Amino acid sequence: MQDPALNIVVLVKHVPDAQFDRHLSDDDYTLERDESILSELDEYALEAALQLSEARGGPKAGNVVTALTMGPAAAVNAVKKSLQIGATQGLHVCDDALSGSDAAGTSLALAAAIRTLGNVDLVLTGMASTDGETSLVPAQLAERLGLAQITFASELAVAGNTVTARRESDSHSATLEAPLPALVSVTDQINEPRYPNFKGILAAKKKSITQLSLADLGLDAAEVGAAGAWTSVVEAKPRPARAQGTIITDEGDAGIRLADFLAGQKLL
Amino acid sequence: MTNILVFIDTPDGALHKSHRELLTLARSLGEPVAAVPGPVSDGLVAALGEYGTAAVVHADSADLDDVLAVRKADFLAAAMDRTQPQAVLLPNTFDGKEIAGRLSIKRRSGVVTDAIAVANDFTATKSVLAGAYTVDAQVRTGTPIITFKANSIEAETVPQATSPRTETVPVPAGAPAARITGRSEKASSGRPELSEARVVVAGGRGVNGDFSAVEDLADALGGAVGASRAATDAGWIEHSAQVGQTGQTVSPQLYISAGISGAIQQKAGMQTSKVIVAVNKDPDSPVFEIADFGIVGDLFKVLPQAAAEIRKRKS
Ligand SMILES: Cc1cc2nc3c(=O)[nH]c(=O)nc-3n(C[C@H](O)[C@H](O)[C@H](O)COP(=O)(O)OP(=O)(O)OC[C@H]3O[C@@H](n4cnc5c(N)ncnc54)[C@H](O)[C@@H]3O)c2cc1C
Ligand SMILES: Cc1cc2nc3c(=O)[nH]c(=O)nc-3n(C[C@H](O)[C@H](O)[C@H](O)COP(=O)(O)OP(=O)(O)OC[C@H]3O[C@@H](n4cnc5c(N)ncnc54)[C@H](O)[C@@H]3O)c2cc1C
Repeated sequence: MQDPALNIVVLVKHVPDAQFDRHLSDDDYTLERDESILSELDEYALEAALQLSEARGGPKAGNVVTALTMGPAAAVNAVKKSLQIGATQGLHVCDDALSGSDAAGTSLALAAAIRTLGNVDLVLTGMASTDGETSLVPAQLAERLGLAQITFASELAVAGNTVTARRESDSHSATLEAPLPALVSVTDQINEPRYPNFKGILAAKKKSITQLSLADLGLDAAEVGAAGAWTSVVEAKPRPARAQGTIITDEGDAGIRLADFLAGQKLL
Repeated sequence: MTNILVFIDTPDGALHKSHRELLTLARSLGEPVAAVPGPVSDGLVAALGEYGTAAVVHADSADLDDVLAVRKADFLAAAMDRTQPQAVLLPNTFDGKEIAGRLSIKRRSGVVTDAIAVANDFTATKSVLAGAYTVDAQVRTGTPIITFKANSIEAETVPQATSPRTETVPVPAGAPAARITGRSEKASSGRPELSEARVVVAGGRGVNGDFSAVEDLADALGGAVGASRAATDAGWIEHSAQVGQTGQTVSPQLYISAGISGAIQQKAGMQTSKVIVAVNKDPDSPVFEIADFGIVGDLFKVLPQAAAEIRKRKS
């Protein structure tokens, strides 16, 4: 018998592409978001969701994979890409008042959006965004939703009402178990994300994306955005140009010259 | 009195380097109060005293280790209520960040992650966007919760050790949590911990399956061994050695990069190292842009020669 269908939410963040120079604005120190893409680390969460869904018969068998993002108008592209890759439906939390949110504000809005989806079995996230990189959102979200959380999972399975996972740290490797519903953040070790194919790109055009404002979520503008943030950036300095280092070409003695350099730096 | 609550999670009961650094930082901000999520031994209390700890609050049972994060966050929230700290410091590890995340919601307090310095008014400095900017951030709501990166401060004992008073804090029954069903310690390499090491020698795709030259130079310098994702993905070395955005973030005194091109995701994990040395046979490799000392050459020639020379000078 097939395992019962799952209702999964995958969090997908729209982030500036790290291939280009990234800038903080001069006036409010927020991140400039042109040249943005679906955060690469969220592709692993999406892949994990799709594999769980497919193992249970996919959308036909009632499995739902909702791609959820919070961000400005262009962030809908992270949802669109997720639909092309295979998510069933999209949700985009978008409101001018959200601009400048910190992790606490972001998790507040995302938690409210997840509640609109009814009985969710599993919330999957990336291990960190590739811009803010705080890794705070998954834990904050789990706390707000009262969910058990497994973070930094490098393996993941669901059987019956239980999710099991593996988690690696410096000193040990652990196996974990949590009851559903649960939140799991996954690392880039968990799978090989697929690319969207032509069929997927066509199919995505028919999939629905729901936009939600703060009012739709029943949230007050004062609780989110720069106004409601629990943290604030008071200063941002671009990295000073690094003093040009010494570059030498090995002429047979580079190992000795390296030792000289280290001795000169008092590093031996 | 300004209490600074320092989260000291030490399942093996020893006071590790990152703990000593956190306590040293706490002392510069106020009176360190250690929050230990389990029973404490006399040895641990004495070690805490050597770093000027004024008081120790701890959980009475060891079973907080059997569940992930949630119960430790519950404990830390209870410890906050008991000690009314001006700030809470945690290590900037996977565990530290997620406990901080949970705690922040429980106590309506902002978190600044990845701090490398904390000023007297609790303004935290962090390096962001793979080192492109340094920002100062403040917590505006609640008690500042700060996760602090290892190797950002020199740990120092106090001249006169304190005798911290100890007190248990009951941990309220918690919310749903993930249980740890199995745990296997990783075999120790005998080398320093990557995240705490003063010297890291890292190898990439250029080592072509053979880490012996990298390991040998690391041993000559008493350092840890790191790797790029290309090397860990290839299975040449365990994933825990990976440095970078999805691996460990290190900021040692010395980082030697060998056979690594210097992709942005690799730089993200090592850019704050004090001195960076790069060995790469391609002069156009981006790693040379951030190197203090760069060698265009074959790592299989340069590394063994350097290791031999260093051993000669040290003996
Ligand atoms: C350089 C920089 C530094 C920052 N430092 C801090 C800080 O120290 N403290 C603080 O409170 N805030 C900080 N912020 C703000 C914070 O990054 C943003 O609020 C952000 O929206 C959420 O945090 P994150 O990007 O760190 O996500 P993380 O917690 O790293 O993200 C983990 C996962 O959560 C999901 N997720 C996160 N955000 C979204 C989203 N908007 N939509 C959909 N899914 C999402 C994704 O699956 C992602 O992989 C910082 C921002 C920047 C740009
Ligand atoms: C989401 C995401 C997360 C990532 N996270 C990380 C991360 O955490 N850490 C990380 O490192 N990467 C990460 N990457 C991968 C990163 O983008 C690069 O692909 C990776 O760092 C390349 O590794 P490398 O420099 O060893 O290999 P390459 O780029 O192939 O470089 C090999 C270098 O070795 C040199 N070389 C070859 N032979 C020799 C020799 N005999 N002597 C000297 N030099 C030699 C070559 O000139 C070349 O410069 C991530 C990528 C993504 C998309």
